[in-house]
Amino acid sequence: MLRYIKHHLDSISDVEIYPIISLLLFFIVFVTMLIYVYKIPKTSIEEVSNLPLDNDLNNNSHE
Amino acid sequence: MEKEQFYYDNKIVKMFFIATIVWGIVGMLVGLMVAFLFNFPNYMEGISWLSFGRLRPLHTNAVIFAFVGNGFFVGMYYSMQRLLKTRMFSDALSKVHFWGWQLIIVAAAITLPLGLTSSKEYAELEWPIDIAITLIWVVMGINMIGTILKRRQRHIYVAIWFYIATFVTIAVLHIFNNLEIPVSAFKSYSVYAGVQDALVQWWYGHNAVAFFLTTPMLGLMYYFVPKAANRPIYSYRLSIIHFWTLIFLYIWAGPHHLLYTALPEWAQNLGTVFSVMLIFPSWGGMINGLLTLRGAWDKVREDPVLKFFVVAITGYGMSTFEGPMLSFKNLNAIGHYTDWIVAHVHIGTLAWNGFIVAGMLYWLATKLWKTKLYSNKLANIHFWIGTLGILFYAIPLYVAGFTQAAMWKQFNPDGTLVYGNFLETVTQILPMYAMRAFGGTLYLIGFLIMAYNIVKTAKAGSTVEDELAEAVPLKKISATRIAGEGWHAWLERRTVLFTVLTTVAILIGGAVEIIPLLVVDSNIPTISSVKPYTPLELEGRDIYIREGCNNCHSQMIRPFRSEVERYGEYSKAGEFVYDHPFLWGSRRTGPDVHRIGGKYNDNWHFNHMLDPRLTSPGSIMPQYPWLIKNDLDISHTTNKLSAMVTLGVPYSQFELDKAVYLLKNQAAEIEKNLRQDPEFVKNYGDANMQDKEIVALIAYLQRLGTDIKGEQTAQN
Repeated sequence: MLRYIKHHLDSISDVEIYPIISLLLFFIVFVTMLIYVYKIPKTSIEEVSNLPLDNDLNNNSHE
Repeated sequence: MEKEQFYYDNKIVKMFFIATIVWGIVGMLVGLMVAFLFNFPNYMEGISWLSFGRLRPLHTNAVIFAFVGNGFFVGMYYSMQRLLKTRMFSDALSKVHFWGWQLIIVAAAITLPLGLTSSKEYAELEWPIDIAITLIWVVMGINMIGTILKRRQRHIYVAIWFYIATFVTIAVLHIFNNLEIPVSAFKSYSVYAGVQDALVQWWYGHNAVAFFLTTPMLGLMYYFVPKAANRPIYSYRLSIIHFWTLIFLYIWAGPHHLLYTALPEWAQNLGTVFSVMLIFPSWGGMINGLLTLRGAWDKVREDPVLKFFVVAITGYGMSTFEGPMLSFKNLNAIGHYTDWIVAHVHIGTLAWNGFIVAGMLYWLATKLWKTKLYSNKLANIHFWIGTLGILFYAIPLYVAGFTQAAMWKQFNPDGTLVYGNFLETVTQILPMYAMRAFGGTLYLIGFLIMAYNIVKTAKAGSTVEDELAEAVPLKKISATRIAGEGWHAWLERRTVLFTVLTTVAILIGGAVEIIPLLVVDSNIPTISSVKPYTPLELEGRDIYIREGCNNCHSQMIRPFRSEVERYGEYSKAGEFVYDHPFLWGSRRTGPDVHRIGGKYNDNWHFNHMLDPRLTSPGSIMPQYPWLIKNDLDISHTTNKLSAMVTLGVPYSQFELDKAVYLLKNQAAEIEKNLRQDPEFVKNYGDANMQDKEIVALIAYLQRLGTDIKGEQTAQN
């Protein structure tokens, strides 16, 4: 489908590099973030996730 | 440190609240009017400003920017103040934002029915309104960032990240897609042409869905679902991953649907993988929302707010699964141009957007007016009638989409099309359209019940415009990371840096798209036989745009056997180089018209515009009697040609000087053709048809797709 633009992009020099850059960027960002997020201490996670509940840490309606 | 006392601004929240309900009703009502036109094409009796092509953009703009937009602002103004423990940065800016936005909506509601449109989907508004949108959007952004900067809460909660991403990305998308050259106060031409214009438009179109209908709603989800369930979000870790992956991936998913097929085979496959990858952050978000209700499912049975949220989040999951599926080439070949897309979009808007806003409004009504909801029972009725409405809307359209796609592609053993007449594939699905209108009616009734319920609630309650609150001010701490502080925690308190990084994340996707896109212009082989439109054809094209013909007719024949057989030679990139803007369309309610030129004579077009059912019995196209009555406005013809020259269309000096003369000559020629029909002479013999708009439209339609016809004969 959409063959009408297919070869016009082919002719851009080194067009293959774009998807490679994209994939690499995404993976690096994603993996770094995954590791980082995994390492956040539980206490600070609890603190921020309670922000909408008026930061009331005594609020024991959550387990 | 001592606690400070301050007041939350509830008044602005209430103003947006009321606007959401009012515009919700208006937007859905227009949607319903449009839906009935499918089954009763004549019920508007030829009133130009109520015809399908003009009302459909009004419906989409009203529900997207007026209903969902105002709904987002309600939640944003309420939650930001509370999450940041401060009043909004500036009351004046809040007011300018509110009134500016409502004025823009009113301007849209006036100009779109008048046919003042740029034709680009979800960006139809003309240039003065585009500028107003930019200004008001910046006002909102300043107010947003300003509020974050004066906060009393160190950390910025995930909901606000989504608000920031919305602000930044919509600004970028809006500006780039609406670059246009003004010709008069309400007429402009896109600076891009053809393929390039299409790519920019769909980079915008897809991401308008991402950053106007998804990220702001996710922000609302991350605040209001925990609030209503009275428990924190299921996983804050997941929400960090959700945010960054979503904004990073989304921005390029849209154009990749168009682009990856244009790349080599291996790159295409990679492109599909990328689009499919978008399922993961989307479903991560859905799971995060739904699992927030863990251990609270008993509440879902009683609390209408949570019921709305559950269906909304489920709808989000459904449409974000369907989207990547539709980006597979083989499914796209079936779904594109059919009602499947319309059904898909409405799962997103009716279920995800509509229900999350409804749930939020019910919850907020009790907080803003300090009272209990007037009737839980009515809210439950709204929930069930709305859910039924969604099902009645979407399921018939899925059936319609598949039926029509199958009929379009069916061949006889001798190689001819089984349904060679496009109309047969339309009349077949008319019952589905009736059911869809019924579904829409149910949904609107539910919404009206909510409006009544909330008015009653407000009347019983009391108004607190400035709500007292207190919090400890922030201590000044080092701008660099302090001991034991993670870098994301640090980033969350560096507002400006956070905004910049968000911009970078969305611009990476944008750059990867836009760089090949800018280069592509010089990579489109010019076809020597493709010439600019004549002055009369150009005027006709502007009438085509004014009447919104592109809402129902595509001008893009795909290289499929079934399409080439039905419409003619498939469309080539080089044929669109003078099309400012492109008019490929996205839905075929009627047949493709790219090769309509020369297919019928001028009289056929004349009669067809007067009453489509004269030439095509059973057609559901609107009548255009005003085209025969209105004189063609030629006061801007020369300006239009000069604007095109500025954009690189090669008109000669002679054509510029003699534009009106050339136009009149061609018009007279068409009237001569029309007069060959004795019926025409009998009915319109006295009318000076060459001065009327219809002649320009006929000239344009007869030109469409004919440029390469001679060349093909030469080749064959």
